[in-house]
Amino acid sequence: MSDLRNPLQRARGLGSAKSGANHWWMQRMTAVALVVLGIWFVITLLSLMHADFATAHATLAKPWNAVLMIAFTTSMFWHAQLGLQVVIEDYVHTRWLEVSLMVLVKLLAVLFALACALAVLRVALGA
Amino acid sequence: MAQSGRPLSPHLGIYRWQVQMVTSILHRATGIALAAGTLMVLWGLTALASGPDAWSCFTGFAGSIFGLILLLGWTWALMFHLCNGIRHLLQDTGMGYEIPQFVRSSWLAVIVSLLLTVAIWAYLMAGGVL
Repeated sequence: MSDLRNPLQRARGLGSAKSGANHWWMQRMTAVALVVLGIWFVITLLSLMHADFATAHATLAKPWNAVLMIAFTTSMFWHAQLGLQVVIEDYVHTRWLEVSLMVLVKLLAVLFALACALAVLRVALGA
Repeated sequence: MAQSGRPLSPHLGIYRWQVQMVTSILHRATGIALAAGTLMVLWGLTALASGPDAWSCFTGFAGSIFGLILLLGWTWALMFHLCNGIRHLLQDTGMGYEIPQFVRSSWLAVIVSLLLTVAIWAYLMAGGVL
């Protein structure tokens, strides 16, 4: 602590904070959503214990179930991406590998979230 | 990391194990496990959209010994991440930072997650799934 400049003086000229607290905030937003949606997901799965294909299909095809399922899978992949990003930042110390992994995880999360949404829509719209 | 030659702060090996360390580590570990579990959700939904054959392939895997062990693990991982996640959300509001409260809520997350896991699988077994 030999630097006597105050934190503001040190930060000036280093550029903006870019996304700032966005990562932290979105992690909490998706967490709150997943508390509700996760409980709904588990209860829905348990209610389908003895369901055959037609019953499971018809259950997911109900509008509210379809909407909640897309909300669940989207926030799930979003939250997973945010969490895995922190894990990669903490443990991967080779810069190119760290960045590559983070890009890969982010792209896969978007791809899988879209695939889940399409699957639910195919069921819900009877395609 | 260690190339600088500067002294490092004490790491895991030097501390006596405490429940707060365990819940902190488990939160990250279960998060990673659940991130892998998202692929099971993806598979299930895609199979349901594809038709009865793909669906029976999915349920066949889920009902196999290997599938059931994975699902049991993911059940506990989800219940723990849920309980401890709620604990962290409450702590984000400034609650529960006194050391006794912090220890108590850690134990609560561990115990409630185990009870919920037992309750879910007891329900499944009572329903004749196993």
